[in-house]
Amino acid sequence: MARRDFSAARLPGFATIAITVFVALYAPILMLVAYSFNAGDSIAIWEGFSLKWYPVAWNNAEVREVTLRSLTIAATASVLSTTVATMAALGTTRRRQTRGQTFIYLLINQPLMVPEIVTAVALLIFFASIKVATGYQGLGYLIAAHTAFCIPFAYLPIRARLEGMDLTLEIAAGDLYASSWQTFRHVTLPLLAPGIGAGMMLAFVTSLDDVVITLFVKSAGQDTLPTYMLAQIRRSVSAEVNAISTLLLLLTVLLLTAFFLLTRKRD
Amino acid sequence: MRDVAIEAVSLRKVYGTDQHAVVALDDVSISIRKGEFFTLLGPSGCGKTTLLKMIAGFETPSEGNILLNGHDITEQPPNRRPVNTVFQSYALFPHLTVRQNVGFGLSMLGRPAAEIDEVVNRALGLVKLEAMADRKPQQLSGGQQQRVALARALAPSPEVLLLDEPLSALDLKLRKEMQTELKRLQLELGITFIFVTHDQEEALTMSDRIAVMSSGNLLQVGTPKEIYNHPVNRFVADFIGETNFIPAQVAGTTATIGGDIALPVDPASPQGSHTLAVRPEHIRIVPSGAEATLRALITESVYFGTDSHVRLRLANDIELVARFQSDEAGGDAPPVDTEVGLIFAPGALQVLED
Amino acid sequence: MSAGEEKTARGETRSMWLLSSPALIILIFAAAGPLLIMLVYSFLAPGKYGNVVWEFSTDAWVSTVLTRDIFDGTLSLADAHLKIFWRSVKLSLITTFFTFLVGFPTAWFIATRQERSRAALLFLITIPFWTNLLIRTFAINQIIRTEGMLNTFLLWLGVIDEPLILLYTDFAVFIGMTYVYLPLMVLPLFAAIDRFDMRLIEAAYDLYASRWQVLRKVILPIVKPGIIAGSILVFIPSLGAYVTPRILGGGRNMMIGNFIEMQFGPGRNWPLGAALSVLLLVIVAAALIVYTRAATKEGPHG
Repeated sequence: MARRDFSAARLPGFATIAITVFVALYAPILMLVAYSFNAGDSIAIWEGFSLKWYPVAWNNAEVREVTLRSLTIAATASVLSTTVATMAALGTTRRRQTRGQTFIYLLINQPLMVPEIVTAVALLIFFASIKVATGYQGLGYLIAAHTAFCIPFAYLPIRARLEGMDLTLEIAAGDLYASSWQTFRHVTLPLLAPGIGAGMMLAFVTSLDDVVITLFVKSAGQDTLPTYMLAQIRRSVSAEVNAISTLLLLLTVLLLTAFFLLTRKRD
Repeated sequence: MRDVAIEAVSLRKVYGTDQHAVVALDDVSISIRKGEFFTLLGPSGCGKTTLLKMIAGFETPSEGNILLNGHDITEQPPNRRPVNTVFQSYALFPHLTVRQNVGFGLSMLGRPAAEIDEVVNRALGLVKLEAMADRKPQQLSGGQQQRVALARALAPSPEVLLLDEPLSALDLKLRKEMQTELKRLQLELGITFIFVTHDQEEALTMSDRIAVMSSGNLLQVGTPKEIYNHPVNRFVADFIGETNFIPAQVAGTTATIGGDIALPVDPASPQGSHTLAVRPEHIRIVPSGAEATLRALITESVYFGTDSHVRLRLANDIELVARFQSDEAGGDAPPVDTEVGLIFAPGALQVLED
Repeated sequence: MSAGEEKTARGETRSMWLLSSPALIILIFAAAGPLLIMLVYSFLAPGKYGNVVWEFSTDAWVSTVLTRDIFDGTLSLADAHLKIFWRSVKLSLITTFFTFLVGFPTAWFIATRQERSRAALLFLITIPFWTNLLIRTFAINQIIRTEGMLNTFLLWLGVIDEPLILLYTDFAVFIGMTYVYLPLMVLPLFAAIDRFDMRLIEAAYDLYASRWQVLRKVILPIVKPGIIAGSILVFIPSLGAYVTPRILGGGRNMMIGNFIEMQFGPGRNWPLGAALSVLLLVIVAAALIVYTRAATKEGPHG
C-alpha cells in the first residue's frame, strides 16, 4: 500500500459522499436528456436512438406558442429589471450608509425572502381586482410580476461589480475634464458592462424558470413553457416533454456559462 | 503676484460633526509659485493629501479659498480646473489602451482627433513609451504604468500638475530613476509641480521648496536647505534627517546642558529652557589629544559602509550620536571605550522653540 | 459643514432615491404592496364563486386551525389542516437535516480541492441550482414512477416481483426536495469552510483530539454561520414548496403551498388562502429573525 502524507483536511468517508452527491445530482437530469432520444415513447424502456421527438415537439403549435410567450416575457422582464436594477445599484452603492439605503436593500431583496407561493397569492388577489376594474387581460401582469422578482437577481451581480470597482478611476476621469455624464458614459458604464450582462443573464434564466407566480398571475390562454409542461406532466408523460426539457436545459446551461465567463476574475 | 500659481487662503477641513469632528486641515495658507517643484511633506494623516485633493477639486474646504492664477476656484468642479493629478494607485482605465488613456483628457475637452493624436504621441515620447501605445495598462510593468499616468496627466498641458505619492508603489531602484525623470520633466516643461510625499529624502532631493505638515497644520515652508539646517521646531528637525535632542538652558550666547557643560550658540537664539538640536554629521570626532570643544567616550559603534554611527557619552552622562566618515580619516571609527574629542561645525547647534 | 459640503451630501441622498425609484415602484406594485392587500383579504368573507365579499370576518383566521361543526356549530381542531401543517414542517425539517448530512461532506470536499478543480466543482453545484426546478422534479418523477426507470431496472434484476409504489408518497416529496434544494445547502457551507483555517485542525490533532473531536469541537462550531445560512436557505423554500409536492406528492400528500392554491381553485375560499399565506410568511419571518440573531451572535468567528 502506498504511504500517504498526513493531511489534516482529509476526513474519512467525505470524498465518497461528495462523489455520490455529484452523481446523484446529475444522473436524473442526464437520464431525462437520454430518454429524449428514445425511439419509443416510454421514459423507462430504451427502444433505440432517435431524434424524432424534437420535430414532434417543434411541430406542436401549442409548444411553439408557449415557448414564444416564455421568451417574450423573459426578454422583456430581464431588460426591464436589469435597467432599473442598474440604476438602483448606481444609486445605492459606494456612499455613506443611511437608513434609507437599508430600506431600499430590504425592498429589493424582498422577492428572495418571501416564499414564491405567498407572492403568487398576493399578486393573484391584487391583479384580479385590477383585471375587473380595467378589463385589461394582457401579458402586462406577467411581465410586471416577472420584472419584480427578477430585480434582485439582476441587482446583486451589478452591485458586486460596482463595489469591486476602483473609485479613483471616476475621480481620475473628473480630473481629466470629463463631466459627470462623460464619466458615466466613458468610464463607469464600460467597466460595469460585465456585471450588467451577468445580471441580465440571471434575470432571464429566473424568469424563464418560473412556475408558481406565473400559474397564479396568468389569464386564461397565457400558458408559458413551464406551466404548459406542468399540465402535460400531470396528464401523461411522453418523451416529447423530455425533448422540450432538454432544449430548455441547454439554453440555461449556455446562459450560465456566459454568466460564469462574464463574472470570472480577470488579471 | 503674477508669479503665484496656487494660493491657498485659510483652508480648513473638518470631517464629521460635533463631538466626532476630526480636523484634517487647520487654517492652512500657502503660496506656490509658477514653475516651482513644491513638495508637501509629512507623516500620514498630516493633511497633505487633503490639501492636494482640495487643489484638484475632489474635496471641498469647510472654510477658506483656493486661487489659481489669482482666480477663485474653490467652487469649481475638478473637470473645470486646468489642474491634473498623478494618482498614487495610477488609476489607469483598464478598459482603454495606453493611447486612449493618455488622450482621455483632451477627448473629454472635445479636441479634434488629429490634435489629440499629435499630443498623445508627444506625451508618450516624453515618457519613452511610444512602443506600448496600443497595449492595455494591465500588460505593463509598475514603472511603465506610472509613466502612463504621468503622460496622461501631462497631455492636456495643465497649469499645475499634482502628484500624490506617485513613487510609493515602486521599488527602490525604480524610484530613484523616476525621481530624476520627474525632475527632468519639470525643468523641461516648466509646469508647476505639487508633489505629496512622506519620504523626507525624496522631498529633499527633488523640491525647490518644501512645506512640512503635521496634524493638519503647516509647520514650515522653505527650501530643502533651510528646512534641513534651520528647522523651526523639534517636529521638523526630527522628521527630516537624524538629530540629537538635548534639553538646555540658554542664556545669551551660551547653552548649558546637563547643568555643567556650556556650549556656544547663536545670539539670536530664544532664551530660557529649550531643546538643543545637533545633526550627527555636524559633529566631528577627533583624537583625544587634539583641540576640541568637548570630550566624550565611545560606547557603541555600528559600521554602515560609507560611514559608522557612533554613540558617545559626555562627562555628565548625556548621550549623543555622531557619524564617522570612513574615508575621511582613512580608517575605521575608533573602538569602543576610546576617549575622543568633539568639534561642532559652525551653526550646528540649533536652539529649538519647543 | 460648508454650503458646498452640505450640497454634496444632499445631492447624494437625492440621487439615491431618484435612481432607485423605478425599481422601488415596480417592487411595491408587483411584489411588496400586494402582500398588504393580501392581509386585508384574510379578514374578509369568501365569495360564492371565488374572490371575496367586502365584509369584515375573522372566519378565515379561525378556520386555519379550527373547524366549525355544520350541525351544532361547535369548534374543534381542524385535523385535516393540522395534518397538512405538520406534514409541511416535518418534511421541511427532515429535508433540511438530510441536505446538511450529505451537503457538509460535499462542501468540505470541494473546499479542500486544488484551486482549479474547486472552481469547476463549484460550477457543477451551481448549474442545478439555476436550472429549471420543474425539470429537475420531473426528472425524479420519471425515475421513481411505477413504470419508471428504477422499477423497470429492479424488476429486470429480479430484486422485486412487483413495482415499488414510490411516487405520490411523502418519501417521494422528501427525495425530491432534498434533490432540488441541496445546492442551497452546499453553497453557503462551502463559503464558510473556504474561510476556515485548516491549520486549526493540525493544532487540534497536535493537542490529542481524535477525528471525531476535531469535527465536533473545532470544525462545526467555526463553520456554524454557514450551517445556519444553509439551513435557512433550504428550510424556507421547502416550507413554501408547491411544484415538488404537486409533481411527486400528488393530491393526497399536499403541503401548505398546495393547500393554499386549493383555496383559490376548487376550495373557493380566498380569505382562507390569504390567511394561510400570511401565516406562512410569519413563520418564514420568524425563521429569518432566528437566523439573523444566530448569525450576528456568531459574527466574530466569521
